[in-house]
Amino acid sequence: MSQRRNQAPSSSTHHAMSPWRFRFIVLLILMALVVLAGRIVYLQVVDQPFLKGQGDARTLRVETIDAHRGMITDRDGEPLAVSTPVVTLWANPQELPTDKATLTQLAQALGERPADFISRVDNYRNKSFMYLKRQVTPEPAQSVLDLQITGVYGQHEYKRYYPTGEVMAQLLGVTNIDDKGQEGLELAYNDYLTGTPGKRRVLKDRKGRLVRDLHLIRDAEPGGNMQLSINLRLQYMAYRELKAAVAEHHADAGTLVMIDARNGEVLAMANAPSFNPNNRANLDPAGLRNRAITDAFEPGSVMKPLAMCAGLASGKFTPDTVIDTSPGWMVLDHRYTIKDSLDFGKLTMTGIITKSSNIGMTHMALALPDAAVWNMYNAMGLGQPPEQINFPGEGDGSLPSPFSWSKAKRATLAYGYGLSASALQIAAAYTAITNDGERIPATLFKRRDPVKGKQVVSAKIAHQVLKMMETVVEPGGSGHRAAVNGYRVAGKTGTVRKVGAEGYQRKAYRANFVGIAPASNPRIITMISIDNPKGKEFYGGQVAAPIFARVAGKALRLLDVPPDDPHDTAEATR
Amino acid sequence: MQHVASRSRRRHKKRFHWRSWRIDPWLTLGLLVLVCSGLVVLYSASGESRYLVEAQTMRFVAAFAVMAVVAQIPPHLLMRMVPLFYLSIVAMLVAVDVIGSHAMGATRWLEIPGVVRFQPSELMKIVMPMTIAAYLSKRDLPPNWTDLGICLFIMGLPVALIAKQPDLGTSLLVASSAVFVVLLGGLSWRLVGFFAVLALAALPLLWLNMHGYQKQRVLTFLNPESDPLGAGWNIIQSKTAIGSGGISGKGWMEGTQSQLEFLPERHTDFIVAVLGEEFGLIGMLLLLLCYLLIICRGLFMASRAGDTYGRLLAGSLILTFFVYVFVNIGMVSGLLPVVGVPLPLVSYGGTASVTLMAGFGILMSVYTHRKSSS
Repeated sequence: MSQRRNQAPSSSTHHAMSPWRFRFIVLLILMALVVLAGRIVYLQVVDQPFLKGQGDARTLRVETIDAHRGMITDRDGEPLAVSTPVVTLWANPQELPTDKATLTQLAQALGERPADFISRVDNYRNKSFMYLKRQVTPEPAQSVLDLQITGVYGQHEYKRYYPTGEVMAQLLGVTNIDDKGQEGLELAYNDYLTGTPGKRRVLKDRKGRLVRDLHLIRDAEPGGNMQLSINLRLQYMAYRELKAAVAEHHADAGTLVMIDARNGEVLAMANAPSFNPNNRANLDPAGLRNRAITDAFEPGSVMKPLAMCAGLASGKFTPDTVIDTSPGWMVLDHRYTIKDSLDFGKLTMTGIITKSSNIGMTHMALALPDAAVWNMYNAMGLGQPPEQINFPGEGDGSLPSPFSWSKAKRATLAYGYGLSASALQIAAAYTAITNDGERIPATLFKRRDPVKGKQVVSAKIAHQVLKMMETVVEPGGSGHRAAVNGYRVAGKTGTVRKVGAEGYQRKAYRANFVGIAPASNPRIITMISIDNPKGKEFYGGQVAAPIFARVAGKALRLLDVPPDDPHDTAEATR
Repeated sequence: MQHVASRSRRRHKKRFHWRSWRIDPWLTLGLLVLVCSGLVVLYSASGESRYLVEAQTMRFVAAFAVMAVVAQIPPHLLMRMVPLFYLSIVAMLVAVDVIGSHAMGATRWLEIPGVVRFQPSELMKIVMPMTIAAYLSKRDLPPNWTDLGICLFIMGLPVALIAKQPDLGTSLLVASSAVFVVLLGGLSWRLVGFFAVLALAALPLLWLNMHGYQKQRVLTFLNPESDPLGAGWNIIQSKTAIGSGGISGKGWMEGTQSQLEFLPERHTDFIVAVLGEEFGLIGMLLLLLCYLLIICRGLFMASRAGDTYGRLLAGSLILTFFVYVFVNIGMVSGLLPVVGVPLPLVSYGGTASVTLMAGFGILMSVYTHRKSSS
């Protein structure tokens, strides 16, 4: 170095950038470039897995593909609940333009008042998500998206639509706006209907816009379709008649269950009041309940034919056994007075059913072993959850099994008090009567294979009880207004005093009727229960039986059931 | 003998041909390779903008023309003009401070509306080494203390004006171009050490005089993860982009970080991250090799200059070019704090390319105008 300095004055031109200095500078530059290269090797080789993960975390997203919710159909494939594609419009308020003209244009496209819309957007300005309009049909949604306003996005969804509206709203239930079942079958079979959402890997840019579909991880599997046992035409007709009757009798509510007498399929299940599942803005909560399944009530006299089975099965009674029901009342356990509406005098067992004599049923029950009636009811599925119905909030009813069988308890059970059951349970119990003593569990789904029921009573007794029930609908019977032109009808009326806060109420009734038609070869069992009719008429024979006549008459014709009654017995009463 | 003679004559003929045009073929070839590769990367980095690529191509055509023109001017002709250049640019820098137009938080531009709009600080990148080299070449070397003091003043005035704009990147480049002249001028290593220590000691002073955003950049450099969504965003994103490229890269226009707008300033200062992501380690090393070859050729040409002025000037210009490369790639790869220095001849932008090419023109002029005796 000193050498160089010594040389300097002598030859200044050659001093600038002496070879050593030059080499040193080249070395420095090489070192610097090596440092850079080392840094890059570090980033791209050593740290590469981490940084690649970081990069992917910014861009790769797994999107779910909504699965198409399964369809619910009636037994003939008519759609009852279907999912239709809709678009939910949403916005990122931070990306939305602020100028009034654009926002006004957007508001008009959405069908909102510009002033309201702008103030709504202003409320969300510091958020990054707001709904503009949910579940719009595809065409208007596309016209909004076509405005190409930044920050406006569309999300494809499915909306549930119920073509039958209020006709069977309670049975089908509803889904919420996120397509999840909330009520009814939609809730009970939500997992089955929902299917499996698919997944796909996508590339998104910094603003979250989808840039590219990379690959499908799993395709969406559409939910399963459900075929109900409901016959839509019967359902429409039953609902119409029930609704009209509830209105006519100023009743609180009404329910009707029609099941196939041969295999337990529910053909119609109507409830009033109802609601429109497609527009739930003004929803009346009372309309939500599927009363046929959820509401257990004290059935009253409609149970008498079932209790009669126990009496005939004991061998102590035949349909012609005579019992003296005079004087029309009796006291049990020194406390409870049991009354008939009239003093019917001497009645055969058939007559007891025809006249619906509580005294007659009491004499019969007291002649049987303690738990005979209870056992019969139990075998018919009362007081237990319905086996094949899986419905949210289903009413199991109750069939109390007492420690001691007092006379009153044995007697009340025989004429339908001291237990509770839903309309569906009662209808299902009557399959024992229509199937040669074989009780078949009811179902809401179409049955493809014949079901094996449970023999609860002999075929002979089932036929005898059916015959007894026919007398109820004959002229002079309590249910004569249930008669159907051209068909033989078997039935049983019931009028129950409703239980209130202070025991049985004086002026609140439930009018019941259970009917079977045609009696010669039963095809349908229909249970009707009208809650608290407030008109002049309130007996089961006055309120519920005429509904049966109208519903069953039309149903038998719709089902092409051949008439079995050569005499137009019903003509006079229609 | 005959064979050797004919070969040397042929070579001489060929070289004479190029020298008559004052163009160095090797350096030009290196620059063309760099510029063309840069345009390919720019097309991807700009989001397939034909407009940007065409504009940039036009700029490079102009810049190469400037280079060719400047190469024709004998170095000493320019040397005589140096005081005029220097003073007028300082005057322009003062004018920028007073009436300059504002862009992106800094006042860097001088505008004659409708005619021209440019950054005087860019011109200083060339005029500064010219001035110092012209001054030192008339003195005895190595420079004595008086010379150093005068050089410091010549350097300090415009550097301070540029730093005040504020434009830290350019002021550092201008300052380093001056420092390189002095270093090449034979400043003793002892003094180099002394000034290095002095500079380190001055760092706290520099810190105190920095703008808020400049301090923030340094803090962010030290710990980018402290503010990942704010100040640290750029550097984290660029590291992610480069690193995720791996050895072979994701392919041209396939870079997710750059194409999906996660990488900021992707076609200007951070363009090398696009290259790193899409062409991987191989692309990065080829780029560094390309720069290395250009710098080596430039240093070789500087070392063969005919006189002290040419040697100092040419050496300083090529070293400043190297600083450009080092600072930009160092910044994008997270080795250095973020300083607004573009990647030379690759980043999108006009003025810097023209100045750089003018510098290469001077380099060629110095090399080709040397006495053939040397």
